[in-house]
Amino acid sequence: MRTPISFFLLLSGMLFTVGTVGVLIRKNALIIFMSIELQLNAVNLALVTFSRQNGNLTGQVLTFFSMVVAAAEVVVGLAIIVSLYRKRRSIDVDDARMLRW
Amino acid sequence: MADTVVFWIAAPISVASAIAVVLARRAVHAALFLIANLFTLAVLFLVLGSEFLFVVQIIVYAGAIMVLFLFVIMLLGVDQEVSLREQLQGQRLVAALLGLGLLAEVVVAVRLGVGLQRTPLPDFAAVNKGGNVQALAHVLFNQYFLPFEVTSVLLIVAAIGAMLHGRRRMDEEETIDREQAVL
Amino acid sequence: MRLTFLIPFLPLAGAAFLLLAGRRLRGSAAGWLAASLVGLGFVVSLVILGRLLGQPANHRLYVAHLFDWVQVGSFRVGVDLRDDPLAIVMALTVTGVGALIHVYAIAYMRDDPRFSRFFAYMNLFVFFMLMLVLANNFLLLYLGWEGVGLCSYLLIGFWFDRPAAANAAKKAFITTRIGDSAFLIGIVFIWLRVGSLDFGRVFGAAHGLPNGTATVIALLLFAGAIGKSAQIPLHVWLPDAMEGPTPVSALIHAATMVTAGVYLVVRAHPIFEASSSALTVVAVVGIVTAIYAGLSAIGQDDIKRMLAYSTMSQLGFMFFGAGMRAYGAAIFLLVTHAFFKACLFLGAGSVMHGLPDDETDLMKMGGLARPMPVTALTWAVSAAAMAGIPPLSGFFSKDQVISSASLAGRPGFWVAALAGAFLTAVYMGRGTFLAFFGRPRYDGHPHDPPAPMRIVLLALGALAVIGGILGLSASNGLLVRFLRRVIGAVGERVAGPSEAVLTLISVVVALLGVGLAAFVYVSGRFDWQALRARFARARQTLSHGFYVNDVYGGAIVAPAKAGSAFLAYVVDDRLIDGSVNGIGGAFRQLARAGRLAQSGLVRRYALAFAAGAVGILIFVAVRS
Repeated sequence: MRTPISFFLLLSGMLFTVGTVGVLIRKNALIIFMSIELQLNAVNLALVTFSRQNGNLTGQVLTFFSMVVAAAEVVVGLAIIVSLYRKRRSIDVDDARMLRW
Repeated sequence: MADTVVFWIAAPISVASAIAVVLARRAVHAALFLIANLFTLAVLFLVLGSEFLFVVQIIVYAGAIMVLFLFVIMLLGVDQEVSLREQLQGQRLVAALLGLGLLAEVVVAVRLGVGLQRTPLPDFAAVNKGGNVQALAHVLFNQYFLPFEVTSVLLIVAAIGAMLHGRRRMDEEETIDREQAVL
Repeated sequence: MRLTFLIPFLPLAGAAFLLLAGRRLRGSAAGWLAASLVGLGFVVSLVILGRLLGQPANHRLYVAHLFDWVQVGSFRVGVDLRDDPLAIVMALTVTGVGALIHVYAIAYMRDDPRFSRFFAYMNLFVFFMLMLVLANNFLLLYLGWEGVGLCSYLLIGFWFDRPAAANAAKKAFITTRIGDSAFLIGIVFIWLRVGSLDFGRVFGAAHGLPNGTATVIALLLFAGAIGKSAQIPLHVWLPDAMEGPTPVSALIHAATMVTAGVYLVVRAHPIFEASSSALTVVAVVGIVTAIYAGLSAIGQDDIKRMLAYSTMSQLGFMFFGAGMRAYGAAIFLLVTHAFFKACLFLGAGSVMHGLPDDETDLMKMGGLARPMPVTALTWAVSAAAMAGIPPLSGFFSKDQVISSASLAGRPGFWVAALAGAFLTAVYMGRGTFLAFFGRPRYDGHPHDPPAPMRIVLLALGALAVIGGILGLSASNGLLVRFLRRVIGAVGERVAGPSEAVLTLISVVVALLGVGLAAFVYVSGRFDWQALRARFARARQTLSHGFYVNDVYGGAIVAPAKAGSAFLAYVVDDRLIDGSVNGIGGAFRQLARAGRLAQSGLVRRYALAFAAGAVGILIFVAVRS
């Protein structure tokens, strides 16, 4: 295996950064959600890389759990978005500013 | 040698698709780009010696989660173009700065940690003795049994919660217009 | 002697009961209750007097320790009551005259809505006054001292809805407070020097005090007396105190409270004698006040204010006597003055009662002798006693005071005292003739007061007549002999004319004064109203007490008020309130700025997250 570890980690970092920027920039709730998924996946990549680096399977197990939790989270999150849409006919997050001063 | 080639094919695609997700105009496009990204990641998992996760990623993430996403996108009919005009002042600038900062920090962290030089990945064959699935099962059901059970409970709870949240109410609740929603 | 505690505590019980349950009593029950309790006190005092008289002369002292009061380290003070001749004489005067005045007040205050409250205060006053005279240590005396000041405030301002009364009460309290503070400092000095506040210990150690210390202490104690007894310069409250009900004026501002200063000086005379100059100061203040007040009394048109200045003048005489070391004469004058001054005040009350609107202006009286015979008779007798006409009580007492100056070899003081006596006769004559004789100038239908009031007037008038029995002789009178162990022997004649000559001169002076007044006001050969108009300015000056009050007002009160206004409106309102409110306002501004962060926009919050995370990562990176 000749690809250096650092490349994987840098790739993970880049994907995470893209995800973060996506969360901050977009107004569409679904796309924000997808950016969050990007972040999660970037972390998964990093975990598996560490697993390879350290020579045990702990990282992979963690990744497994991360995926499970991500699945559960997506389910609930989308249910919320659907509910929100039914109430307000809009999934623009800027329209939900009831907690404004 | 092979892994380097695969890496250098998969990595740019993943970065490009990620950027495309963030910049896409239509939600469906973003979903499709995300699926592409997930596929590349699955390939990278394979490169890193985790066949199990390679498969799971495709089946669960790309297959189930993203399909769920697409269902919702279709259900809500938000296929129209979402305006990309930014209404909040300075949001984009600060976001860009933070992104750059984050990236710089990751670089610094990697440099401090593993080092940026070309140290190859160690050999993983001994760890995957008996196959990746078996080895993983070995660790999962011995050391991480409790989290495993707890996670299953989590899934059940999430399913029930989503079901409760998404059902139609008896009395039709009034929907509010977009204009009125902007309070 | 174990009964001693009853004397003050009976009125205290009365006061407590009347304050708590007085409103439930019907009719004049409260008044009769109060009067009987004071009367009982008089009876107990008589019993104790009897017991004292049963003892040989050098054994007439009994101290009743009621309970320990203050025990702080080595400072121990108990509630100790002293039975000795001086205390009993004072107690008898207070309870005797007090009971009579209580009875008078039952009829006088009959229609007042706060009837029982009045008697509660009166009883409370009697309690404090008795504590003052029966105390065996300075702290207990000071308790009584302050207490009578409080009751004076409550009673002067009894009709508190009248601004004049409320202001007069305040003025009385604050002015006497000045004296009281000096008094307290004197007590502290006594404690520091002698180590005890007990009369026995203090007076035993008094002669051993160095001159300077004794002078300072004596003058501080005298300062308290000046305030309480309305001598110059703390006299300004007494004329205004006439705003209170007339029984109050009679009891507090004639017979008892104002005499507390004289009692204090006589009681503490060892300290005064240990100083070379203190007694001279006392005499000077006394005689100056006597003459000042006498002059001012001549110019008064208000009958009660005239009597107030008269009280001031007579108190001056008492201090003068004490200053001449004639303590017995001073106390004798105190007792007789209580009789006739109370009678005069109550007589004034009867006049006010009989005329419309409680008239007190002498110019609106005249010829009242015919419609109010009893009042006129008792008044005339008391006035004559005050002027020093023999053989009334006032003649004996005042003559002894005046003569003591000459007997002590101080002719200058003697002449001044004679001048004071002359003035006394003049203003008393003027008051009597203007009110009761001459042509009538009054409105309405005056009449003698109802029976209870008449009886009291007659009783006091009788006492004014026969009171001289107590002191037929300056050196061997009943009273002086009784008090001898306490106040020391009467000094022998040092120089000058004999007693008989002095007495004759006093009588002549008194008759001259009365005669002058009669000539001017009653004989009809003098147009006193024209005289009045011609000397209007001078009369105004006398009437306003030589404008001392106004000088105080301008020099002391006005700057104090200005200072208070400054502190209240500038410092308190603007500075202090401003800074506190400013802090509040600053926080409000801060919050107003701070809440802008709550935009309600999720993406802004996400930005904040990201910024925070990046910040923490930078921090960690820099550290490692």
